Amino acid sequence: MKPLADVFAESLMIDAASVTDDLAYQSIKEWDSVAHMVLVTALEDNYEIMLDADDIVAMSSVAKVREILAKYDVTA
Amino acid sequence: MSMDARDAVLAAHPFALDAAEKGRLLGAALVELTAHHAANCPEYGRILAAERAGVPAGISDVPFLPVRLFKELALKSIPDDQIFKTLTSSGTTGQVPSRIFLDTATAQAQSRALAAITTNFIGKDRRPMLIIDHPGVVRDRTSFSARGAGILGMMTYGRAHTYALNDEDMGLNLDAIRAFAETHAGKPIFAFGFTFMVWKYFLSALQAADITLDFPGSVLIHSGGWKKLEDEAVSNDHFKSVARHRAGFEFVHNFYGMVEQVGSVFMECEHGRLHAPGFADVLVRDPLDWRVLPVGAEGIIQVVSAIPLSYPGHSLLTEDRGVLTGEDDCPCGRRGKTFRVLGRIPAAEMRGCSDTHTSRAA
Repeated sequence: MKPLADVFAESLMIDAASVTDDLAYQSIKEWDSVAHMVLVTALEDNYEIMLDADDIVAMSSVAKVREILAKYDVTA
Repeated sequence: MSMDARDAVLAAHPFALDAAEKGRLLGAALVELTAHHAANCPEYGRILAAERAGVPAGISDVPFLPVRLFKELALKSIPDDQIFKTLTSSGTTGQVPSRIFLDTATAQAQSRALAAITTNFIGKDRRPMLIIDHPGVVRDRTSFSARGAGILGMMTYGRAHTYALNDEDMGLNLDAIRAFAETHAGKPIFAFGFTFMVWKYFLSALQAADITLDFPGSVLIHSGGWKKLEDEAVSNDHFKSVARHRAGFEFVHNFYGMVEQVGSVFMECEHGRLHAPGFADVLVRDPLDWRVLPVGAEGIIQVVSAIPLSYPGHSLLTEDRGVLTGEDDCPCGRRGKTFRVLGRIPAAEMRGCSDTHTSRAA
């Protein structure tokens, strides 16, 4: 299982160092709606979970993603 | 500025409010929005002043703007540095597209609202998704067409996204479709596409090749206007019947909506009626004196929505004709008004997602 920062970095094609808790959806051009779906798939594959639509809409920042993953008993 | 009523109506279940609750809550939300836009969008403020409009007394009293005003003016209620996305309508050659300016709050309200409606129809589980379009439609990330943006918005509700058409010629990608059907055999799938694309490049192509598909328990959602299909004399009933028998889509839902009021989607239920969700509403007006018409009377459709914060689009007069079919009385059990769309008003400029393909290489 990859660390969360790596999943983000690979999905959004950004540097892992720039994946901070307050990084927000649509705040950088790399994290747009297309990348968001890539990220969803990568998270699901990495943690072997299936997110529901409400979660995907609510994934507004790295911190929020971590919070949502916790619902699936994933500590990231 | 307090937006308590807007917050409350957006948080409510989309099909649970009855007429009285909705009149109170949505009415109050629209009053909040009218004041907000009058204070923050100079053009809107001047229009209201010229109309000598007071505080609206209820939903039907909220002043409405013609949708085409969004082509003529860049209307926004936010400073430029808060624009986070600009949506443009599917303007065809020689026509000016609408420009809709979103801030993050409006965009977020929009995705949540769309989620509440869509999951009400297909459930919370994200199903394997067949996109009735070609992959190229979302490839250029800097400039999506209205079609691309619509598809992306819907992708949230699916997984294992598979495109049914080829990039080169919009032909059926039979290998992909068959592999998709095999991989997800026995699971209910979700299909989405724009009405005209689904008809012309998928259903008609299946018919021409005499191919029959079967997706038990599947749902097809489609949207984008009927004008072109009406020209080909394809009715909603015929479309549904072909979608069922040829493609094997068990449930078929059309929806009505427009880029000028994104997120507020009027979905067709099992009984063939379009439903207004709690945070939005539809009114039918007499084109001669603009009075609100009762159930059964044909007129011009007005749409109102609690979503638009960043632009004054909470009350719009469309260029479509329609008729209300009821309120709080649909056999499907969803509350709110139901209606049918009858087509464009005669003088209206031709526009709609179904027009984007032929006029512009997609």
